[in-house]
Amino acid sequence: MAVAVNATAADTPGYVRIARRYLWCGFAALAVGGLLAMLIRFQWAYPGRPVPLWGKALTPAGYQSVFTLHGLTMIFFAVTPLLIGAMGTLLVPSMVGAGRLAFPRLASVAWWLFLLSELTAFASCFVELGAPGNGWTMYPPLSTKVESPGPGQTVMLVAMLLWVVSSVMTAVNLLTTLIRGRANGLGWMRLPLTAWGLFLTSLLTALFLPVLGVAAGLLFADRELGTSYFAARTGNPLLYQHLFWIFGHPEVYILILPVWGVVGDFVAFFSRKPAFWYRGTVYAMCAITAMSGLVYAHHMFVAGIGPMLGRSFMILTLLISLPGEVMFLNWLLTLWRGSIRLDSPMLFALGTMIVFGIGGLSGLYLGAIATDIPLHDTMFVVGHFHLTMAAATFLGTFGAIYFWFPKLYGRQLNETLAKVHFWLTAPLLLLVFGGQLLAGYMGQPRRLFDPYVYEFLHRVKVVNHGTTMFAFVLGAAQLVFVWNLIATLRRPATAVDNPWRVGTLEWTTRAVPGGEAAPALVVRRGPHELSNPEVLAATGRDYIGQAE
Amino acid sequence: MQPDANASPFGPNYVPVAPGGRAPGGKYPWATHFGTPNVQTYAARFGMWLFLSTEVLLFAGLFVSYAVYRYLYPQTFALCSRHLDLSLGTINTLVLITSSLTVALAIHFVRTGKNGMATGMLIVTLLCACAFLVIKYFEYHHKFEQGTLPGRFYTYSGIQTEGAPMFFALYFLTTGLHALHVVVGMSVLTWVTYHVVKGRFSPVYYTPVELGGLYWHLVDLVWIFLYPLLYLI
Repeated sequence: MAVAVNATAADTPGYVRIARRYLWCGFAALAVGGLLAMLIRFQWAYPGRPVPLWGKALTPAGYQSVFTLHGLTMIFFAVTPLLIGAMGTLLVPSMVGAGRLAFPRLASVAWWLFLLSELTAFASCFVELGAPGNGWTMYPPLSTKVESPGPGQTVMLVAMLLWVVSSVMTAVNLLTTLIRGRANGLGWMRLPLTAWGLFLTSLLTALFLPVLGVAAGLLFADRELGTSYFAARTGNPLLYQHLFWIFGHPEVYILILPVWGVVGDFVAFFSRKPAFWYRGTVYAMCAITAMSGLVYAHHMFVAGIGPMLGRSFMILTLLISLPGEVMFLNWLLTLWRGSIRLDSPMLFALGTMIVFGIGGLSGLYLGAIATDIPLHDTMFVVGHFHLTMAAATFLGTFGAIYFWFPKLYGRQLNETLAKVHFWLTAPLLLLVFGGQLLAGYMGQPRRLFDPYVYEFLHRVKVVNHGTTMFAFVLGAAQLVFVWNLIATLRRPATAVDNPWRVGTLEWTTRAVPGGEAAPALVVRRGPHELSNPEVLAATGRDYIGQAE
Repeated sequence: MQPDANASPFGPNYVPVAPGGRAPGGKYPWATHFGTPNVQTYAARFGMWLFLSTEVLLFAGLFVSYAVYRYLYPQTFALCSRHLDLSLGTINTLVLITSSLTVALAIHFVRTGKNGMATGMLIVTLLCACAFLVIKYFEYHHKFEQGTLPGRFYTYSGIQTEGAPMFFALYFLTTGLHALHVVVGMSVLTWVTYHVVKGRFSPVYYTPVELGGLYWHLVDLVWIFLYPLLYLI
């Protein structure tokens, strides 16, 4: 039967230890990235004013580095390690009943490379002329030696290359574990949706990250060897955008697919009923994965691509929202007439649905060329991708952390504090990123050092002031989580075996090395066997383990 | 139920070990988190294929760049292509294809228990790889003297049309990255050869030989695409 995995450090399986390391790397980057976000918000509300506690005002170059580092830190070093590093490494082996990753040493090497990459990225702040300042997309000619003469950009490219190698290693490991390490009887259609999300994410990672490696490598050669791959006259700067976005667009699905899986599982678990049309949700997620490489040029509608190409990408972009809707409706129908429990993971899942829904709808304006042209590179874009990539992944990740924390540390986070955290965070996320949508709709271009040098933007000031205030409260509210984390880790390990009363393998079997041998495990049913009257009659419980 | 740490349910040829651990004398090192040794072999093979697919996509990005610049400078690229040494390129292609054959034969011999033959084949493969690098050295050396080097090191004035530096930058990037793969492949195959000599592999267990061979075939395959793109068209 179930046993908490944290009796002593020596007992803890290797994959759990690696997941913990990723967790702390992610938290560190989240704190850094969050503080940088506060700086950006301060700048937009009070440009030129000295920053409180620091005493100096941001310079234009410093501001550029701040928003660049914010983007890079959050995407590459906060969300990725939390969702794929920590949750992927923790959940894939335990959800498939393998109890170990297919290639344990590879996972360890991948983590060390990840750490090296994170440290390299932060080291770019301390070289001459500081960190790169041309946005996380690093477009040439802004990122060439002419426009970014300092070594910071080159250091960042090295960090990117290390990150690519590390992420591809993790992806290969997770995919192999999912494909070859599943327990007897655990067919594809019996995997928890979270495992499906992690599977598709790893697939996209393995396919598209090498292309980022090529883009970063060519840019590196341009900067350090003086080649002209992306130079304006002899080369082609647009090629960089193609190479970058054929990675960059799947990357947003890489970050959101595990969250979709988590939401799909949580709505079933906490409605105490099986996921509505489980297969449909799986097919929808697969369809989105398959299409994710075919929509990327919607980032380039105003970059000078042909109208024919633009129209094709517009149609594909709008089409990709259809499977998304199938998935969303399945979540709603899972909730329908369910016996809903508003525990903290469920609150976070519902919050994810709301912010993702609004973020997705705002995406339709950007996917259609006619509305994208006036909205392109405004704060509307910033609001849109923060709602989908930042707010939705943030809420989904924290829901997952609250849910699976007992698997990481053998302790359960305080439920009341978790709910306080949710009720402070989710509405404020909506207000902050809704404020950005509004500012963009009022015409504010993104990334401006001082928006108010333009007279027509003076009317946006009130919106920006409000958004900044909300952002500060949102930032401060995260201390609730920090407090919860510290207080919980100071208590002795006392986790209940199966606190959420669900049947997936990570909660109902003891799949740890030296424990139950893998061949003995036979999976008999799907992941959401909840409120089955026959089970209730036989066992008195409303759930049953997948292998019971 | 705790499995006996010293016994394998699959017979005496299969020895339970920690992940990545070694089994003595050609026995199968079975990491017990894989349900059966077969699952372990499949996982290793599958992981290797996945890794190779990421390698293919890495080179795919470079081939896309090549396609874009060839489209921009069709005449220059054709002209520059004539400046490469076709005979050396062709010899290198033959050398590499031969090495792919010998590595495939090495796997065959390990599977049939002829470790001596396998060692011989692996040594021939390594010699071919060395020959490839030596020939590549002569090609590169010529370019160094001529000044057809990437980026700011380009000093050649023999081709005056626009885009020539781009061709040679791509030439050095793609063949350089390929040469790096050759060196990695040689290290892997040296490791494999050492363990074949030590008798670690047998018809029961030869996964590392197979995976090393797969990697070597990738090195070969990339060259099969580079050769016509750079030398022939």
